[in-house]
Formats: sequence, structure tokens, C-alpha cells
Amino acid sequence: MKKRQKRLLLVVGGLAGVAVVAGLVLNAFRDNLVFFYTPSDIVADIVPMERTFRIGGLVEDGSVRRAEDGVTVHFRVTDTAVAVPVVYHGILPNLFREGQGVVAVGSLEDGGVFRANQVMARHDETYMPPEAAEAIKRAQREQARTVSHPEGY
Amino acid sequence: MVAELGLFALILALLLAVAQGTLPLIGAARGDVALMAVGRSAAYGQLFFMALAYAALTYAFVTDDFSIAYVANHSNTLLPTQYKVSGVWGGHEGSLLLWVLILSFWSAAVATFSRSLPREVLARVLGVMGLIAIGFIGFTLFTSSPFERLLPAALEGRDLNPMLQDPGLIIHPPMLYMGYVGFSVAFAFAIAALIGGRLDAAWARWSRPWTAVAWAFLTIGIGLGSWWAYYVLGWGGWWFWDPVENASFMPWLMGTALLHSLAVTEKRGGFKNWTVMLAILTFSLVLLAAFLVRSGVLTSVHAFAVDPDRGLYLLAFMAVVVAGSLTLFAWRAGKVGLGGGFSFVSRESALLTNNVLLAVSGAAVLLGTLYPLFLDAFGLGKISVGPPYFEAVFLPLMLPLLLLLCFGPRLRWKQDSPTEQLWRLRWIFAVSLVFGMIWPLFVGSWSFLAGIGAFLGLWIIGSSLKDLVERLLPRAGSRQTLGTRAGRLGRSYVGMQLAHIGVALAVIGITFVLGYDDERDVRMAVGETVEVGGYGFRLDSLERIQGPNFEADQATVAVYRDGQRMTTLRPQMREYFSQDQPMAHTSLHRGFFRDLYVNMGEPLPGNAWVMRVYYKPYMNWVWAGVILMGLGGFLAATDRRYRVRVRREEDLPDEAGNLGGTSGVQPGGAA
Repeated sequence: MKKRQKRLLLVVGGLAGVAVVAGLVLNAFRDNLVFFYTPSDIVADIVPMERTFRIGGLVEDGSVRRAEDGVTVHFRVTDTAVAVPVVYHGILPNLFREGQGVVAVGSLEDGGVFRANQVMARHDETYMPPEAAEAIKRAQREQARTVSHPEGY
Repeated sequence: MVAELGLFALILALLLAVAQGTLPLIGAARGDVALMAVGRSAAYGQLFFMALAYAALTYAFVTDDFSIAYVANHSNTLLPTQYKVSGVWGGHEGSLLLWVLILSFWSAAVATFSRSLPREVLARVLGVMGLIAIGFIGFTLFTSSPFERLLPAALEGRDLNPMLQDPGLIIHPPMLYMGYVGFSVAFAFAIAALIGGRLDAAWARWSRPWTAVAWAFLTIGIGLGSWWAYYVLGWGGWWFWDPVENASFMPWLMGTALLHSLAVTEKRGGFKNWTVMLAILTFSLVLLAAFLVRSGVLTSVHAFAVDPDRGLYLLAFMAVVVAGSLTLFAWRAGKVGLGGGFSFVSRESALLTNNVLLAVSGAAVLLGTLYPLFLDAFGLGKISVGPPYFEAVFLPLMLPLLLLLCFGPRLRWKQDSPTEQLWRLRWIFAVSLVFGMIWPLFVGSWSFLAGIGAFLGLWIIGSSLKDLVERLLPRAGSRQTLGTRAGRLGRSYVGMQLAHIGVALAVIGITFVLGYDDERDVRMAVGETVEVGGYGFRLDSLERIQGPNFEADQATVAVYRDGQRMTTLRPQMREYFSQDQPMAHTSLHRGFFRDLYVNMGEPLPGNAWVMRVYYKPYMNWVWAGVILMGLGGFLAATDRRYRVRVRREEDLPDEAGNLGGTSGVQPGGAA
């Protein structure tokens, strides 16, 4: 009898442990998913405020501006349809260039400025961050739709 | 010419792998001694031809043969020779060739060191390894041959990615692959045991040293990768929870669980099914890692060129291996006994808890790594799972594991008294609690994480040392000398304690560096001083320098502490002639209690640069911990009993019912 109770306790304890861990994992998972948005999404106002997310696109030509302190950088990320202003404090990746693909992680501030705490660029000569490519693809699809619509049928 | 020779050798190696993967298995099933003996010769032959193929590619690198596409893409006449040699594994095809070479090395090692195994067991193990070799050599030949010709030949190579031109990276891939591929031995033993229907303590004893060696290599390999990322990438981090890092970490977690589960199977005959399952899972995760890195589904520093065929091949290979071994498991494993019983508080239950925690951690990492890939693959959106998730899940799971480590190794098999063990450790507990809580105050303001880390680390080290000392002190009435007693400890035991102390050092280092590191991105003009982590960094000068295959801007930064000049750091921003990408070269000053490092960012007007300055306390403790873990693994693998007892095993008649029969399953419990 005692042995059976022990075993029951073990099973119940084990299940409880698994439940706690599963809860912990799923909770942490939900809170820490980082979604991806394009500059068009930001302009369309469908992104969450006060939550970290990623944006991707091209660094707009002529948009990179370095502040007085030399460390804060302002630039614009475009998906070829619209561009959003980004501010970043720190060293940019070696291959960060105007006109090249870029992915930034951060959150949207009041006034529509994206404050990045991480900026990623391609890491070799042929590589385009897939999310940057995705943003441009989406924007072009969107443009194609809006352009073809008035002319068509 | 040399390319064709290499290709030919590779094809011969494949043929030998086919022989190795079929004949010994047939021989073991039929009891045909001649066929079984093929395994060993085929393994040696395979190693010979793989080494030949590998030497051919290395020769092409050293002689700058740019008529081979792979060489043209990954080398350059100006590349220093050591990087030409290591450049062989600088890309997908060559690193795969190294992978296969290491696989055949492991096969040959099993053939050499397992002479004393029963014939059938050795034949089955080598057979399974041959099957794995068919998969990987086939993958190399059919999708990723490094010997493809480039016509017309290039005049100059494209050069090795400058990030890979580093001593840390010369040894990181070989070590890592020794670990990854080493787990194929544990897998082969598990499958051989399933085929033979014989899962017992002897099987665990044969499998254990191989697992320990593979685990030790993987530990060192992951550590080297992290060490490389720490100073080459110059991002100040050493672990990013990047999917590729996770890909190597998952087999490590599972392999660690396997190592501990094997202990129960060997000593108590318990957990057999679970141990076999872990061996299968660990190797499956190795295949998953290969798939993630080589299929192009991930984009990272490690990701190789994208080719859908490769991903498909690896996915199919993985499916065959996983499905095949799980089917075999379902068919065969059900007939195995449970082994000796044990009570709530015993070493078995401590190891069981260890296994559950490690497996759950592995599953959590798997979820965070694969979920974004699944969503992307099915077009359900692009998301990523960042370090916050992994930290939120991982730290709470490691806490009970580390607590367990404080007294688990001291528990007796079968049954023990919890109060007695804890009572014996009361002083160590008290002392490490007090010192652990105070220690962080010497580094900075008090942090809970660092306090817990220091407390647990000290407690683990304390109880490990106490255990060691107790065993070395003379027992009442015993006349053994200290030397005899030390000799009787056993390398397996000492290895375990070393590895556990390594874990403790790494925990202290990790929690301290997480709690107290300091990073500053600043504008520095010549003559200016910046204060980071209590150190003054003064930019003394900027100059232009020449390297063998690059030019660089170099900054000379003097480091001061309390007005005292400590050291000079010379970070560079390199421009390699063959690439249009500049590359920051970090300058690092390592110390017992802290690392200091400076990295160059971008030039600014007015003789100034944006610089990244770091203060990293206790970083070397992490590396020291990793090295101790690895050493512990190697030491444990060389324990005498793995050699001596195996020989004795051979004398026992083991033919009865073991040849392909299911009735030969022995009740476990070689206690």
C-alpha cells in the first residue's frame, strides 16, 4: 500500500512538474516572439507599440546621417514603396551601406521613429537578408496590385 | 589531375562504405564469420581513401589550383599557408569532406579499439556506421563535390572569408565535427544492441567511453565556436542563441543526458530503453544540425550557399535514419526489463531528474529554434525567437539541475537518506551561501543572479572537493598509502568531478559576466580618454599598417587603472585585398578576473573613430569551465574498467540465443 502511494505521488509530482515547465515554456514563448513588419506595415499603422519587432528593407540612398556625438545614427529603411525613419545608437555592421538590405530589431517610438537596438546587414558580398528581400517583394506586389487595378478591366 | 584523383578516392570510399554497411550486418544475422570480418577491413580501407581524397583537396589548396571551383572560391595566392590548409573546411563542400573523413576515422577507431568486443556486436556496430557513411559520402558525391572543375580556371581565388582567417577557427570545425560525428558511434552501438536484442550492462559499458569522448569533443568544439564569436565578431557576446548555435547545443544537451543515463544502465542495469532512445535522439539532433546549417534554411554566419537539393537530400536522410531507428526501437525495445528498483532518494532518481531536466531544456531549445522555421516554411509569417525566450526558459531549468549537482553525485545507488547527505554538507552549504552572497559585492553592486551563481558554483566545487578528499583520507585501520588511494579513485570518477567543477566555474563566469559586463559605443578622438568598468581607455594614435593580404587602420589605445598604465590595445579595421568588405579586428586583454576589449567601428571627421569598448568580468572562468568539462570527459573515457572488463567479457560464452534472436535479452543488473 505504501509503495503504491509512493508511486502515485511520484506520478502526480512528475505530471505537476511537466505542467509547470510546459506553462513556463509556453508563457516565455508567447511573450518573446519577435514579429516581422515591413515599412508599409508601419505606415499603415498595423504594428504594435511598446513591443519589440523586426523591420527589413533597403537603407534609403542619402538618408544616413550621423549625429554630433558620432555614435547616434539616423537613417531611413525603405521597401521601395514607403520609408520609415530609424535611429540607432552604436556601431553599425561593417557592411551597412546605403542602398543595401538591412534588418533592424527594436520598437516604434511616438512620432513614428523606429528605435533600433540591433542592426543587421548582409555578411558577405552576395547575401541579402531574407527579411529585407521579403519586405521589398511584398511592397512591389502591393504596388503592382494598386497600379494594375485602375488601368485594368 | 589531383581533383580527379580525389574524386576517384571518394568514389572508392563510397564503395567500401557500401561493403561496410551491408556485409557485416548480413554476416552477423547469419553467423558468418568471414562476412563479419569484412567490417574491419572495409573501415580501414574507407579511412584510407577518405584521407587520400582529403589530402588531394588540401594539396589543391596549398598549390593554388584554381581550376577547382571550390578552391577558387575559398582560397587566394596571398592567403597564409596555415589558412590555406584550414581553408579546406572554410566552405560547405570541404567541411563536408572533413565531416566524412572524421566519420571514417571514428569507424576505424572502433575497429581498432573494440577488438575485444564479441564478433557480432562489432560487426553490427561497424555495419551501422557504414550505413551512416553511405549517407554522408553519397551526399558529398551527389550534391556537394568539392572536386568540381572550373573551366576556364580562375587566375586568382576569391579568398577565404576574412572572418574565418583566425586560429580559433582553424580548430573549431574539426573539434565540433569530432563531437557531432562521434555520437554516431553511440548511435551505432545502440542500433547494434537493438538488432542483436541485447541491451545490458555490458552494452552500456562498451558504449560509454565512446560517448564520453564524443561529448568531450563537442563540448570543446562548442566552446571554441563561442570563444571565436566572442573576439572575432566583436559584438561582445559569446552566446547569441542563434539557430546554428542552438543546433549544436541541442545534441550537447541530449548527449549530456545520454552520458548520465548510461551510468545508470552500466551500474544498475536500469533506464535501458531510455538510454537507447537518448542515443537515437542525440544522433538525430546531430543530423538536424547538419540539415539546419547545410540546407540554407537558416541565414547566419555559418549558413552555406543555398541549394535546395542539399536540403532535400539531408531531410530525406534524416527521415530514413530517424524513422528506421525508431521503428527498430518500437519493435525491439519493448522486451527489455526495467532493471533494479530504486527509491525516491537515490543516485538513480537524481540521474533521472537530471535527464528529465536536460531533455526538457533540449525540447525548449528545439521549439524556439524550429518554430520560426516552420511558420516561414508554411508561409504563415516571419517571426523570430530571441535570446529573451531562451533565457527565460533556460535559467529556471538550470537552477534545479545545479542544485541537484551539489549533492547528487554523493548519493548512493538504490537508496540513500536525504537528511544524512545534506547534514554532511551543512558546512559547505553555509560557507558557500555566505561567500556566494558576498562575492558579487567585490565586482559591483549586488545582483541576485550573480549571488545565486556564485553560491551554487561554490557549493558544487566544495562538495566535489569534499568527496575527493574523503576518498583520499585514510580509513580507520587501512594501511594504504596516499598514492594507492589516489590510484583507486578511478579516472572515470576523477573525470566526473573535474567536469562538474568545470560546470561550476562556467556557471560563476556566466552569471558574473551577465550581471556586470559593461559596453560602451563611443566617439574617440586621439588623446581622449573613456572610462569603462573602472578602467580608462585613451586613444594614443591612429596609423595605417600593412598585413600579408590586407591593409588596416590601427588604433593604439592605452589602458589605465587608478592612474597606472596597464596595457596597450591595438584594434584594427582591416581591408582584405580580395574582398570589398572591411573587417574589424578586435584587440583583447585577457585577465583572471576580467577581459578588456576594444573594437573599431567607423572613422569620423577630426581624427576620431567610433569605438566599442568592453569590460567583461570573469569571462575566462567560462572558458576554463569548458576546458575542464572537456578534460573530464576525456579522462573518464580512459578509465581502466573500459579496457579490462571488456576483455573478460569476451571469455564468456555469449552466442546462446544472441544471434539475431529476441530471446537473448538479458535481465539487467550487473550491480
